[in-house]
Amino acid sequence: MLPPIRKKSTGWRLFLRTIAGRAYPRVIGQQREKSWMFFEIFLPLLSVAAYVFVYRAIHAPEEYVGFVVVGGAMTAFWMNVLWSMSSQLYWEKETGNLALYIISPAHMMAVLLGMALGGMLATTIRAVVIILIGSLLFQVSYAVSSFASLLLVFILCMTALYGMGMMSASLFLLLSREAWHIANLAQEPIYLASGFYFPIKNFHFWVAAAASIIPLTLGLDAMRQLVFPSGASLGFLSVPIEVGVLVVLSVVFLTGARVLLAHMERLAIQEGRLTEARR
Amino acid sequence: MVSELSIQTEQLGRIYKIREKKKNEARQLVALQNVSLGIQRGELFGLLGPNGAGKTTLIKILTTLLAPTTGWARVAGFDVHRETDQVRAHINMVSGGESSGYGLLTVRENLWMFAQFYGIGSKEAHQRITTLLEIVGLSDRANTKSSDLSTGLRQKMNIVRGFMTDPEVLFLDEPTLGLDVGASRDVRQFIRRWIDEDRGRTLLLTTHYMVEAEEMCDRVAIINKGQVLACDTPATLKRNLQSEAIFQIEVSPLNGMGTHVFQELPGVQKVVHHPGDGRSNLEFILTEEAVLGSVVNLLTSGNIRILNLQKREPTLEDVFVTLVGRSMEEEEGSDAPPHP
Repeated sequence: MLPPIRKKSTGWRLFLRTIAGRAYPRVIGQQREKSWMFFEIFLPLLSVAAYVFVYRAIHAPEEYVGFVVVGGAMTAFWMNVLWSMSSQLYWEKETGNLALYIISPAHMMAVLLGMALGGMLATTIRAVVIILIGSLLFQVSYAVSSFASLLLVFILCMTALYGMGMMSASLFLLLSREAWHIANLAQEPIYLASGFYFPIKNFHFWVAAAASIIPLTLGLDAMRQLVFPSGASLGFLSVPIEVGVLVVLSVVFLTGARVLLAHMERLAIQEGRLTEARR
Repeated sequence: MVSELSIQTEQLGRIYKIREKKKNEARQLVALQNVSLGIQRGELFGLLGPNGAGKTTLIKILTTLLAPTTGWARVAGFDVHRETDQVRAHINMVSGGESSGYGLLTVRENLWMFAQFYGIGSKEAHQRITTLLEIVGLSDRANTKSSDLSTGLRQKMNIVRGFMTDPEVLFLDEPTLGLDVGASRDVRQFIRRWIDEDRGRTLLLTTHYMVEAEEMCDRVAIINKGQVLACDTPATLKRNLQSEAIFQIEVSPLNGMGTHVFQELPGVQKVVHHPGDGRSNLEFILTEEAVLGSVVNLLTSGNIRILNLQKREPTLEDVFVTLVGRSMEEEEGSDAPPHP
């Protein structure tokens, strides 16, 4: 009926195959579900426009308009981490996918990495489109001081941010319907704390320092410093320090995700929370 | 058949703690208790029981999704609690009515994705997917989004997902749930062929369909309220009942007469009542044929007309009734606790 399988990959090869397998629905989903163009480009642009009009009305420095456009683009990543990473394992549990991931020989870290990479790739396209349209609409001019530094900051910011998403996904493993409420609750405060629409230098130092635990805060601040002429004067910390903190956050969140995932999986197996409620 | 146990459980038990909403304390629900089973390599083993009997709990433990509260279990030679990685490399599972995969992906894409989690190369995965889709009659839907599939077709996709990875031990939890008669028959035939083809494979199937267990399984364990009540080949289980006489009697409405009055007659082991439209079906398990006379007398004295009477061979349903005291249908409608 069926010949035996010639060879099954194990170890790193299996790890990489799992990442590719899990990233695939994220990437392909973007092409099949066109509604994202409205919800994830047009709606963020409306928020951006509101802030732009306010800043122009109060004669704020013109860089603020650029800050808002870049911030608006980066909100796409936060939304992706919140709704498609953190709370994702809850939805996976409800559809029965989680049980299938767990019983497969694939490592759950690879599944989460696949989710993260697929989501990151798809979201980068959205973010680029927001920046392009926003820049054209509001005539934003950029003066990138170092493309290499900008790329480094972006990669570190994404690593730390998606690392945080993976870590919180592990926590959500134990949750049921309340996962949705928690995700909802986390959405708006982060917009404020991360300075999506204004430089966080405006916060009290310790408030900005506390907000820096969210990788987007420092990532966004460093990127703004690197792409706008007067960005450095409006930055919270210097770019090298922010890069250093982002490196630490990346290591902490990725390690935390690994440790927490193993712990939460054990706990969920003990408590019988790995399968959907109806089974 | 190699005399090697592929699945082994010893005094396996699971207690769920359920939080009460009003009180601030947890209630305990015994889902499984003292289950000791030995399933040979090459066997198609059935777990037969009503909903809530503990079948799914047992499968969850054996597939490393749930920790046992007591006892131990080994699958493919590995402890399900301590050697989860090794167990997972040898198993797969398909559940009835599952909606796994992603609706935006096609059938082929979903299956390819799951193949990646088992380390199967893309080319080989596609070859196996093509072959299996042909076998289950789903080739023409390979490029259909899984969200556009009917329940039956979706279940066929799930079946392909389970078999595609060629597991040493396969767990099928109510695999024909929600399928129509034709699709169920196809799936059953396919399962039987798969196990017969390579006796190194083992399959544990849970079902609450008697016919399924009777038709497919080498051995069957009857489970109810978390306990294994009997375990043997379907033929042996039925043979144990052959000394008894089983009669099916169709009668006019019982006019308020309860089954307990029959139960009180000497020689009547079990009575099951299936109320129908304007008539009733009664099934009697009697210690001997001679007892039938007193049953008929009781019916006629109560002005109940006999419309049809036939003696029949015992089925697994009768085995269940003898062991539990009620039919599986009645048991499912009773106070059987829901699974958390």
